[in-house]
Amino acid sequence: MTINRPMRDEYDLAVIGAGPAGLAAASLAAQSGLLTLLLDENQGPGGQVWRAVTSTPVKETRLLGDDYWAGSKLVEEVRASGAEILQGATVWSLDRHLEIGISAGGGSQFIRAERVILATGALERPFPIPGWTLPGVMTAGAAQTALKSSGLIPDGKTVVAGQGPLFWLLTAQILRMGGRIDLVLDTTERRNYLRALPHAAAFLTSPYFRKGLAMMREVRSKVRVVSGVTRIAASGNGRLEEVAYEAGGRSVSVPADLLLLHQGVVPNVNLAMSAGVKHRWDDIQLCWSPVLDANGGTSVEGIAIAGDGAGIGGALAAVERGRIAARAAVEALRPQAGAKVPSMETFRAALAKAERGRIFLDVLFRPSKQFRIPGGDTIVCRCEEVTAQDILDSVAIGATGPNQLKAYRRTGMGPCQGRLCGLTVTELMAEARGKPPEEIGYYRLRAPVKPITLSELASLPKNESATKAVVRG
Amino acid sequence: MTVRADAIIVGGGIHGCSTAVHLCLRGLRPALIERDYAGRHASGVNAGGVRQLARHVAEIPLSVRSMDVWEGIQDLVGDDCGFDSHGQVLVAENDEELEVCRSRVADLNLRGFIHEELIDAKELRRLVPAVAETCPGGIVSRRDGAANPARTTTAFRRRAEQLGTIVREGIAATNICKDGKLWRVEAGGETYEAPVVVNAAGAWGGRIAASLGEPVPVQTVAPMLMITSRVPEFIKPVVILRGRKLSFKQFANGTVLIGGGHLATPYQDTGETILDWRRLQESARTVWELFPVMRNATVVRAWAGIEARTADDLPVIGPSAKHDGLFHQFGFSLHGFQLGPGTGAVMAELIATGNTNTPIDGLRIERFAT
Ligand SMILES: Cc1cc2nc3c(=O)[nH]c(=O)nc-3n(C[C@H](O)[C@H](O)[C@H](O)COP(=O)(O)OP(=O)(O)OC[C@H]3O[C@@H](n4cnc5c(N)ncnc54)[C@H](O)[C@@H]3O)c2cc1C
Ligand SMILES: Cc1cc2nc3c(=O)[nH]c(=O)nc-3n(C[C@H](O)[C@H](O)[C@H](O)COP(=O)(O)OP(=O)(O)OC[C@H]3O[C@@H](n4cnc5c(N)ncnc54)[C@H](O)[C@@H]3O)c2cc1C
Repeated sequence: MTINRPMRDEYDLAVIGAGPAGLAAASLAAQSGLLTLLLDENQGPGGQVWRAVTSTPVKETRLLGDDYWAGSKLVEEVRASGAEILQGATVWSLDRHLEIGISAGGGSQFIRAERVILATGALERPFPIPGWTLPGVMTAGAAQTALKSSGLIPDGKTVVAGQGPLFWLLTAQILRMGGRIDLVLDTTERRNYLRALPHAAAFLTSPYFRKGLAMMREVRSKVRVVSGVTRIAASGNGRLEEVAYEAGGRSVSVPADLLLLHQGVVPNVNLAMSAGVKHRWDDIQLCWSPVLDANGGTSVEGIAIAGDGAGIGGALAAVERGRIAARAAVEALRPQAGAKVPSMETFRAALAKAERGRIFLDVLFRPSKQFRIPGGDTIVCRCEEVTAQDILDSVAIGATGPNQLKAYRRTGMGPCQGRLCGLTVTELMAEARGKPPEEIGYYRLRAPVKPITLSELASLPKNESATKAVVRG
Repeated sequence: MTVRADAIIVGGGIHGCSTAVHLCLRGLRPALIERDYAGRHASGVNAGGVRQLARHVAEIPLSVRSMDVWEGIQDLVGDDCGFDSHGQVLVAENDEELEVCRSRVADLNLRGFIHEELIDAKELRRLVPAVAETCPGGIVSRRDGAANPARTTTAFRRRAEQLGTIVREGIAATNICKDGKLWRVEAGGETYEAPVVVNAAGAWGGRIAASLGEPVPVQTVAPMLMITSRVPEFIKPVVILRGRKLSFKQFANGTVLIGGGHLATPYQDTGETILDWRRLQESARTVWELFPVMRNATVVRAWAGIEARTADDLPVIGPSAKHDGLFHQFGFSLHGFQLGPGTGAVMAELIATGNTNTPIDGLRIERFAT
């Protein structure tokens, strides 16, 4: 049995997440002489944007785009940097003493670091429409994961619905690979174009502008796109059979085998919140974001956050934020080594460039209320099958926030740990109580932020034959 | 502004809320002040064990009285609180432990308590089929069970408000002092006045008592719990091991709660706790050994709650030894959830009539006077 575990108990720096932010951070820190451990739960490095970049069966460059392949350069850099890289390692606990619980190779282990950089990225925003829990409805991100890691593409009647830069990217990726898409439902609010206009000038100079436009054009040239969609519902007997939508006041139903939903991404806050990092409600991106200083430092001494977990900024910004957080760690732990790496100003300038025009995207692709705050018997909490009406009923008899709601309904207490319902619950309760989301708050999150088996926690084998081996040995 | 009430209750845990309900039932109008929200601390996050089993004799009468209240909980608060009574079982893992059980039950019987019953290996296996073949027996308390703690505390809070309690959440009670015959408490920019004040501040109760000149040897601790994903039903009663730190409860939905008293680090000023995963790992190992069906279950969540533990592991209940109109109800030392419904009734009796028929002599604050 190969034992996949960290080589030491203590490190200068632990970086959690090997996407753009984590790769950049670990590589810079290790090059500067910090004893660095990079932990990531996927089998290979790359994170979301460069998922499976070292192993994908899709070899033709054009299909996934140049940005995808840029990942391999950073992966090579970190491999040469001297950082210890542990893939297949899930971090399920982090506390303010910077003790880290890791499960890898079927067992669990604890390490400690002087500094921690969280680079755990983003999650897709929940998209709670009627019927979203039916088999045959999935997130576009999940479809992309299948595509990148296994080359799997949709082949039945497929509808893609939603909005946002990634929405168009994903749709384009599926089409390029010969995947089937019958209809695209664009939920971007028409008036958002006007609202975003004042920010357009900055966006014109953004690295994403040209690419984004090209991608939307590419999709429109191949599939029918319905814009201004204001309502979507999935239905079917035991699985998806039909997608109903409304656009420009007209209601239409189409048969479908697969419905892919996506309306943007939000910071993956679970690990940071469970470590006690202070967060605030971001009224522009409509999500919880950590409160950070200019170097990504959090309210917990020694913990910094980089990448999309710090607030959505995209892959290029993630790289620069990773470098900034790593440089801050180097300055704190090995001030003399800082001289060898580019200055903070260099990274900040690069970050400013990468973030240019972000506000334009945020305003244009601000998801509309009816797709964020459902009503009636639309399911909000999938784990416990709690509907929007159930939550409103609890509010009516005294539930004031997500944590209090647990006493009425078991929302957020199932295996997803709030990832699929948390934002919806906050916004729904805020709306029902006429209070800002900041005041309503979020679930108090606790480790393990990822479920681990009892055997893993015990670091003991889980099946009979392995058990006997232990007893005999 | 000044708010006048018949009693000011500091703390909205199960104890404060229960006392509020019972005061209302006696025709009084209390004000309940809770710094966070009702059930935020120990009362909302505990293991939900409704247990008379294995209690110190000094609190058994109170526990038995509380059991009667639990059995009518739906009528009292309008919610079943998730209460089930599948019993609680203390497992002896060897003959030596069984001997201790035997003399415990004999001693209780001599004192007139019959809720604990000695059981042999066969009855143990009938109640808990999953237990190891080698366990020779134990003790069962058949009326015991478990309830949903957050739901229970919330139900008491809601009932208290329906019956007329002034409930204030999100504000701390400060400057508790006596002015003539009236107690004054400041909270959220207002002054509350009443002839009676109840210190039901849980882990913070010791500070309040000390600030009023009645220090109690009390420590702040944070017991930990973890809950697993659903597994097929294999255990109905709550199971406690005599010799190790482990307690165990499977809920109707299949999830299993694992506890046993391993402690986290409490941060009393912020109300936060930091889990000690190495200790939870020990619990996981014990479960792994004893219940193979659990090995593949996932640990979905773990948490801790802040609680007061006194030097003799018994609560402080009853009137102050120093001030008229001050009543203490804190220091429940890791086992006060079951006591909540009954203690509220006893407190209301003491406040309204000056007396109670439930013996609480071993629990009064005088025992710590030097
Ligand atoms: C489903 C999805 C698909 C996306 N696809 C694209 C895309 O194709 N192109 C694009 O430009 N942007 C994409 N994005 C946006 C993406 O968030 C950013 O562009 C970029 O990947 C952010 O980089 P990052 O380093 O912050 O995080 P990520 O790239 O998300 O990397 C985070 C890494 O942390 C790991 N991780 C998280 N939690 C733990 C834990 N507890 N223990 C161990 N490891 C952990 C994850 O497995 C992941 O490898 C996608 C986002 C999502 C949610
Ligand atoms: C993990 C765990 C498991 C447990 N398991 C069991 C079990 O299975 N069975 C059992 O019987 N018992 C159990 N217990 C013990 C039980 O939970 C407690 O004994 C009981 O809940 C104590 O109730 P309380 O009302 O005294 O305290 P709390 O619930 O702590 O309530 C006190 C309240 O006072 C408030 N407060 C404090 N100071 C002020 C102030 N100045 N102003 C306003 N408000 C204030 C606090 O915010 C708090 O909400 C367990 C405890 C824990 C932590």
